[in-house]
Amino acid sequence: MISLTINGEKHELDVPDGMPLLWALRDVVGLRGTKFGCGMSLCGACTVHLDGQATRSCVTPVSQAAGKSVTTIEAMGDDAVGRRVQQAWLDLGVAQCGYCQGGQIMTATALLKNNPAPDRQEIRDAMNGNLCRCGTYNRIEQAVDRAAQEPREEGQA
Amino acid sequence: MSQDSDTLLLANVSRRHFLQGLAAGGALVIAARWDLALAEEDKEYGADAMPHGWVDDPNVFIRIDTDGTVTITNHRSEMGQGIRTSLVMVAADELGADWDRVRVEQAPGDEEKYGNQNTDGSRSMRHWFDPMRRSAAAARTMLERAAAERWQVPVGECRAEVHVVRHEPSGRELGFGELAAAARELPVPDRKELVLKSPDEWRFIGRETGPSRHARGFEVERPLAIDGKAIVSGEAAYGADIVLDDMVFATVARAPAYGATVKAVDDAETRGMPGVLDVIRIEGTGQPAGFKPLGGVAVVAENTWAAIEGRKALAIEWDFGPAGDNASYDSVAYKEMLETASRSPGKKIRDRGDIERALSEASNVVEATYYMPHMAQAPMEPPVAIARIVDGKAEVWAPVQNPQATREGVAERLGIDFEDVTVNVTLLGGGFGRKSKPDFVFEAVDLSKALDGRPVRVQWTREDDLHHTYFHAVSVERLDAGLDDGGKVTGWRHRTLSPSISSLFQEDPEHKAGFELGMGFNTMPFDIPAIRLENPEAPAHVRIGWFRSVYNLPHAFSIQSFAAELAAAAGRDHRDFLLELLGPPREIDPRKLGDEWNYGENPALYPIDIARMRKVIETATEAAGWGREMPPGRGLGLAMHHSFASYTAVVLDVGVDDDGNVTVHNADIAFDCGPQVNPERIRSQLEGACVMGIGIALQSEISFAEGRVQQDNFHQYLIPRMAQAPRAVRVHLIEPAEDAELGGVGEPGLPPVPPALCNAIHAATGKRIRQLPVGDQLAG
Repeated sequence: MISLTINGEKHELDVPDGMPLLWALRDVVGLRGTKFGCGMSLCGACTVHLDGQATRSCVTPVSQAAGKSVTTIEAMGDDAVGRRVQQAWLDLGVAQCGYCQGGQIMTATALLKNNPAPDRQEIRDAMNGNLCRCGTYNRIEQAVDRAAQEPREEGQA
Repeated sequence: MSQDSDTLLLANVSRRHFLQGLAAGGALVIAARWDLALAEEDKEYGADAMPHGWVDDPNVFIRIDTDGTVTITNHRSEMGQGIRTSLVMVAADELGADWDRVRVEQAPGDEEKYGNQNTDGSRSMRHWFDPMRRSAAAARTMLERAAAERWQVPVGECRAEVHVVRHEPSGRELGFGELAAAARELPVPDRKELVLKSPDEWRFIGRETGPSRHARGFEVERPLAIDGKAIVSGEAAYGADIVLDDMVFATVARAPAYGATVKAVDDAETRGMPGVLDVIRIEGTGQPAGFKPLGGVAVVAENTWAAIEGRKALAIEWDFGPAGDNASYDSVAYKEMLETASRSPGKKIRDRGDIERALSEASNVVEATYYMPHMAQAPMEPPVAIARIVDGKAEVWAPVQNPQATREGVAERLGIDFEDVTVNVTLLGGGFGRKSKPDFVFEAVDLSKALDGRPVRVQWTREDDLHHTYFHAVSVERLDAGLDDGGKVTGWRHRTLSPSISSLFQEDPEHKAGFELGMGFNTMPFDIPAIRLENPEAPAHVRIGWFRSVYNLPHAFSIQSFAAELAAAAGRDHRDFLLELLGPPREIDPRKLGDEWNYGENPALYPIDIARMRKVIETATEAAGWGREMPPGRGLGLAMHHSFASYTAVVLDVGVDDDGNVTVHNADIAFDCGPQVNPERIRSQLEGACVMGIGIALQSEISFAEGRVQQDNFHQYLIPRMAQAPRAVRVHLIEPAEDAELGGVGEPGLPPVPPALCNAIHAATGKRIRQLPVGDQLAG
């Protein structure tokens, strides 16, 4: 049994230690917003937050998440930064097929939590590990920038 | 029925005027009329020519509940092009629905009911704008008639506004929901009785972005993507997100070379692994493969991870005999073979003037050979499918572009009636042509059958996807041209060599099919006195399949690169030279160039329009500041291509550093797809195509050795990342001409990008790239 917290809830998972967190989330816990894209930490579709850090769940054995707190895309709406990022994604119509976008949002949210005011190059560097075959990168960049700008604008208002 | 200046009565106009773009200040205006007699006459073109054609029955596509909820059925596959939003916009606008009360429902595969559902060829809006409008206009008419009956007033006094029908003289209103039950009982009005909205009545169609003031004085928001909220919250359901009770999970080990079969398998270790439930052989179906599975050994398990791990432990001996020379396929040797073949004449495709004489008398002959490798579509969602069989009836859930072919294939494979198969279409996590081939669904069906109907989900890994997709055809394009003393092109000879997609379905013809040549090869529009186009043989050794924009990619790459090379040889400005090659504005009947296909469209309505080509070139170059002084290591590159009934010109502003690293600073894309239904989604398609095209030029290659793909995952098959995306992309949508028809959107943005990039690299460095990908050719 592996104990971990997922989106604020305690879970006891009866799975092999080596099972990647991705498959534990998808096939065992039933949280399917986290996507499988490559299985080798190359595309970022599986990105979750592990104790607040953006983590590739496809190469993270579930045992490594034991005792830790996992946050998935399903919980981003409950997170102030995550919600802002989601709204910026909607405002700019970022998604095309949308398959990678959960992972993109998880990476973007982690970025803004660590660096609330990234410049364009910092955004590009932070997002470079997340592939999007539809090629929505320019809107992703703008949306991260927009989400970063918003609290400052609100402050001015 | 209301008739005022805002509405156009159906008139006996030529089909040419089905859709009229009228210059009226907006981003788009379309007036719609149609004429049934002429539609009959033109039966062999457009949507009329597609299997099962079109349907415009409101009862098929539109349901209004008594609470006022409007449900639009979308029967085309959503793979990121936004069709679930855009087609619903069309219906909601024509109906007069409040966007916030509109829902979308995805149709299962059933072309008898819905009309053609094969979502490829950039056809969804081109073929469905009219039928969807008519469906919605019919539904609106039924609501108006129901209201007139309720009020006992002439129907001409009743008019649908936003989600209500209003009795104009009295100001009385009834909501759509209040009228739904009565309207449903009414007969569907005859098409001839329908009055379509005029463009200035539209609230959604053609609207650019953000809030905009409607002609009638109310604010509307551009409808947001209908699946947007589900996507950003992780709730959108793609293929692998469907879960059935008692479902098991499978992976399949497939033969490494096309046509090889399983000789023997030792599955003892696999069967002993935790979570593994079974090991099952899937029979290969030989060559040509069509959409049938490749065959192999499946591992069935309690979860995906166990199926992946279990597969690793299989010891399979393959029989390469049935694969023949596919088993020794080597892409380097194949390239050399095609290059050799390109030096000899091939099947004659087009012949104008005396090419031999033109070349021998030219004062300068330029020749170049271009190469584009195999590529994998690599949608972010790898192929996946779920199948179950209950009481002899099969049901599948899968991200497929062609649900009808999927359904037919399942019925055939199981030997059951078509009616006993249900194909549920999930969202597609990208398609790009990969998911028009439902081989992965048939694997799931085979496994479910072997497991007495138990639900099975077959998951392809990324390695499976790259190793076993239907590959974009490798290509060699050889061109030579003669220039006279004045730098004018007097002769143009082009040989194209690529394996054909036809090899999937029949004995390999080793020549391109008509539709493949029609993708920018025989339709090459240049006005040159002597032209010779040839197609030497090129056998297929792997499954060749559609990849976004298909053969337009190598044709545009070679033709648009070569035009730039000729301009340089003539000492001319590339843009001016390209415009001169195109010649004066005129409409060309594609049949006169030997193209009978024309993307399935009527050549009278969809001629090759030189004026539109010139316009996109002029627009893109002007926006990019063509001709300006560029800093060292920086250059502008231009390319234009016509495909899927639309016109695209791209100018890329590119920098190359001392280490050969390429940066795309700006992209200016001019796009003419005729009338624009959802401009915002059109822009997104062009932006995405630009990024994908940059990846094709710089990085993406699938190579083969001993019949096997040499790239396993995204560390070896490189697709663009944010670092390769342009710093800025500007899409310039061309206002449609008065008589413009709807063109395609999903694919035509892609073909000009690789040549524009290579032309920019040449402008920046003087180095001419003829072999893709660029890779490290610029290093050192």
